[in-house]
Amino acid sequence: MDFDLSDEQSMLKDSLDRLLKDSYGFEQRKKYMADPAGFSAEMWNAYAEMGLMALPFSEEDGGLDGTPVETMIVMESLGRALALEPYFATVILGGGALKAAASADQRAELVPQIAEGSLKLALAHTERNSRYDLHHVETKAMKDGDHWRLTGQKSVVLHGEAADKIIVVARTAGDVRDENGIGLFLVDSSAEGLTRRGYPTQDGSRAAELSLDNVPAEALGDPANGLPALQKTIDGAIAALSAESIGVMSAMQELTVDYLKVRKQFGVAIGAFQVLQHKAVDMFVAIEQARSITLYATMMAGSDDATARAQAMHAAKAEIGRGGRVCGENAIQLHGGVGMTMEYAVGHYFKRMTMIDTQFGDADFHLRALARGQGLFKAA
Amino acid sequence: MDLRYTSEELAFRDEVRQFLKDKLPADIRQKLIDGEHMDKDDLVTWSRILNEKGWAVPHWPTEYGGTGWDPMRQYIYLEETQKWPAPQPLAFGVNMVGPVIYTFGNAAQKAHYLPRIANLDDWWCQGFSEPGAGSDLASLKTKAVRDGDHYIVNGQKTWTTLAQYADWIFCLVRTDPDAKKQSGISFLLIDMKTPGIEVRPIVTIDGGREINEVFLTDVKVPVENLVGEENKGWDYAKFLLGNERINIARVGMSKQRLARIRELAAKEMSSGRPLIEDERFREKLASVEIDLKALELTQLRVVAADAKRGNTGKPDPASSILKIKGSEIQQATTHLLMQVMGPHAMPFHSGDMDGSNELPIEPDYAATAAPGYFNFRKVSIYGGSNEIQKNIIAKAVLGL
Ligand SMILES: Cc1cc2nc3c(=O)[nH]c(=O)nc-3n(C[C@H](O)[C@H](O)[C@H](O)COP(=O)(O)OP(=O)(O)OC[C@H]3O[C@@H](n4cnc5c(N)ncnc54)[C@H](O)[C@@H]3O)c2cc1C
Ligand SMILES: Cc1cc2nc3c(=O)[nH]c(=O)nc-3n(C[C@H](O)[C@H](O)[C@H](O)COP(=O)(O)OP(=O)(O)OC[C@H]3O[C@@H](n4cnc5c(N)ncnc54)[C@H](O)[C@@H]3O)c2cc1C
Repeated sequence: MDFDLSDEQSMLKDSLDRLLKDSYGFEQRKKYMADPAGFSAEMWNAYAEMGLMALPFSEEDGGLDGTPVETMIVMESLGRALALEPYFATVILGGGALKAAASADQRAELVPQIAEGSLKLALAHTERNSRYDLHHVETKAMKDGDHWRLTGQKSVVLHGEAADKIIVVARTAGDVRDENGIGLFLVDSSAEGLTRRGYPTQDGSRAAELSLDNVPAEALGDPANGLPALQKTIDGAIAALSAESIGVMSAMQELTVDYLKVRKQFGVAIGAFQVLQHKAVDMFVAIEQARSITLYATMMAGSDDATARAQAMHAAKAEIGRGGRVCGENAIQLHGGVGMTMEYAVGHYFKRMTMIDTQFGDADFHLRALARGQGLFKAA
Repeated sequence: MDLRYTSEELAFRDEVRQFLKDKLPADIRQKLIDGEHMDKDDLVTWSRILNEKGWAVPHWPTEYGGTGWDPMRQYIYLEETQKWPAPQPLAFGVNMVGPVIYTFGNAAQKAHYLPRIANLDDWWCQGFSEPGAGSDLASLKTKAVRDGDHYIVNGQKTWTTLAQYADWIFCLVRTDPDAKKQSGISFLLIDMKTPGIEVRPIVTIDGGREINEVFLTDVKVPVENLVGEENKGWDYAKFLLGNERINIARVGMSKQRLARIRELAAKEMSSGRPLIEDERFREKLASVEIDLKALELTQLRVVAADAKRGNTGKPDPASSILKIKGSEIQQATTHLLMQVMGPHAMPFHSGDMDGSNELPIEPDYAATAAPGYFNFRKVSIYGGSNEIQKNIIAKAVLGL
């Protein structure tokens, strides 16, 4: 066992942190957010130049052969900066789906474009009534010659408006909640019949509602049995979101501890009050537990044992959900009125943490899923 | 002991319900159900309807417009209006400065201000907190210096709720800089139109526009706007804060929110079934309901004790927990309501959060769920933070 980063990994972390420190201050972020796209094209290009987009793809496909550990490093740093660029949507969700489902030819065409930063992706899976069930798919795919045509509606598609291509989950056969008959399809954002309505999200990012009316699409992988690939994609996404959460929580904790040292009431720094010290310690404990479970999720993210992998993700997402809430609510409380204001960073971290819990299953959803299995610890 | 309402109390409850049903404009009620912000006009409209009925200030002494209801009826009225839901009267006037004026003010102040508060002719805001004086309120620095028949006020107030609508602000100001902290403070009524007052908005994390900074620069306040005696303001402030305790548990509002959660959880799907059928969700809901039922009875114990004693202003020890438990329950219910929406909690509806939706996939009612959760983090911060409340209980109740 080795918990230390390698030299290359440390370099990756240091150079990304340096970039973000220089160009992702609170005021700078506000400027990026005000851009109609909701993020900074310049930062996006800077990530591409650093090789972040190419990181998790194999060398054959045009990537850098990075492991989930590299992804963890990147996501934690992006989380700490509350970065707005569609890295997660493009590289983790879109790229993850390509890795899990696309043919070698499709990857050969698309991955190099992702790597150079010229292709943005989104994954459209949530529907009005799906909540967090990946197999709840009402959107329909019909065969049309050697192509497909999609009809249906998708909700809360992260960066669905900025995406050049969208990977849409649609049903080729079976009933709405069947696990079989689900496919992943690539849709061009300019395709006829596709309507997108973009909007800001509660955490300052952007998402879109999609309406698909007989939209031409290309299948990624087996259109009759795409659920395992989708699950693998989302498992990778959960590991990445967990890593992002560590960045978010750590930043909240640091802001809070700093504040406890400088804010004076009753003639002393409020950090002198033991009850506040203990709350700060609760945050600290929550973060360290979350960090550990994130390492576990990261280790399992690449596993081909779908059951074990899913269990790890259930555990991680549940722990991130409840630890994130402990951390976020305490961070606001300990800041008093200042924590309630848009003009101060801590509230933005709190909102991001809260929204992470609403994505890909909240803490309750994953607790329930984990509880249905045989437990994380097998008898020896 | 009999924990049931008497038949007179039940009849009174029905009378309140009928009144709400007949008189509250439907659009105002719907805004409250949807968790949207009240306009100034909504509250003015409702306050005038109440005032016409004679119910604008039920808890005030009858000579100033009160109804003469006993504490149990006051409670029933409060509970029914919250549950319906109807707008709560503007607390800054009706619950805060009004009682201070009729208890400590002079005859001219009573005659002038009290009827205007009851009819919401004057919108009041509360100028207590300052950047450096939050939990430690007595460290406030805003200064008032006597100059002939005026005070000249300089300083800054902050977190001032709805100051953007306000005609008047009641302020704690320091009139004796040499006295020990609590002793040199006075209670001043200031017309917001006085030159030298500037209101700057503070946007809250949910995107709401309810709090402000208020800057006071050489603001000339007539001496007759002093309430009670100079340098006795801290006593009046403590009286004002103590008056809050009947209102603070918000049992009726939490009941209304629980009903809303049940209603929407029956519409939102989870695992192919309505969420309300989900065992874990139901258990969480049940758990909050237990807390709320207990709190309701705690509240009634306080009310009953007050009724017996004849409100002496000496709080029952049980009353200390109303704020803590009440805020925890409000926060638990806003979190549950957000959870009902699942992924649909994510879209941010900018502007005035009218819930309008062009491409009709997201449910309109999801729009206020996450902002409601964010916004309600405030209830454990304001009105004496929960940490401060616990300090008070530890000291005053447990003797620690
Ligand atoms: C089963 C058991 C095994 C033990 N084994 C060992 C051992 O092997 N070696 C050893 O040295 N000791 C041992 N102890 C003793 C233990 O360290 C003491 O009980 C502990 O330090 C608390 O001290 P106390 O009992 O004097 O209680 P007190 O110090 O009087 O504390 C009473 C309560 O006040 C709280 N408290 C005290 N000070 C503070 C503070 N500053 N801030 C906040 N809260 C505070 C405590 O948490 C406790 O709840 C053992 C105790 C138990 C119960
Ligand atoms: C939405 C909102 C609306 C408000 N409206 C008004 C208004 O209309 N008028 C008005 O005058 N004020 C208003 N307030 C101000 C409110 O009363 C203060 O925010 C509150 O008193 C806390 O003060 P603070 O924000 O300065 O936090 P601080 O006092 O700095 O507290 C920061 C943290 O330290 C803790 N703390 C402080 N002292 C102690 C202690 N001794 N022991 C343990 N913990 C401690 C607090 O609990 C909190 O967690 C409003 C606040 C909010 C958030």
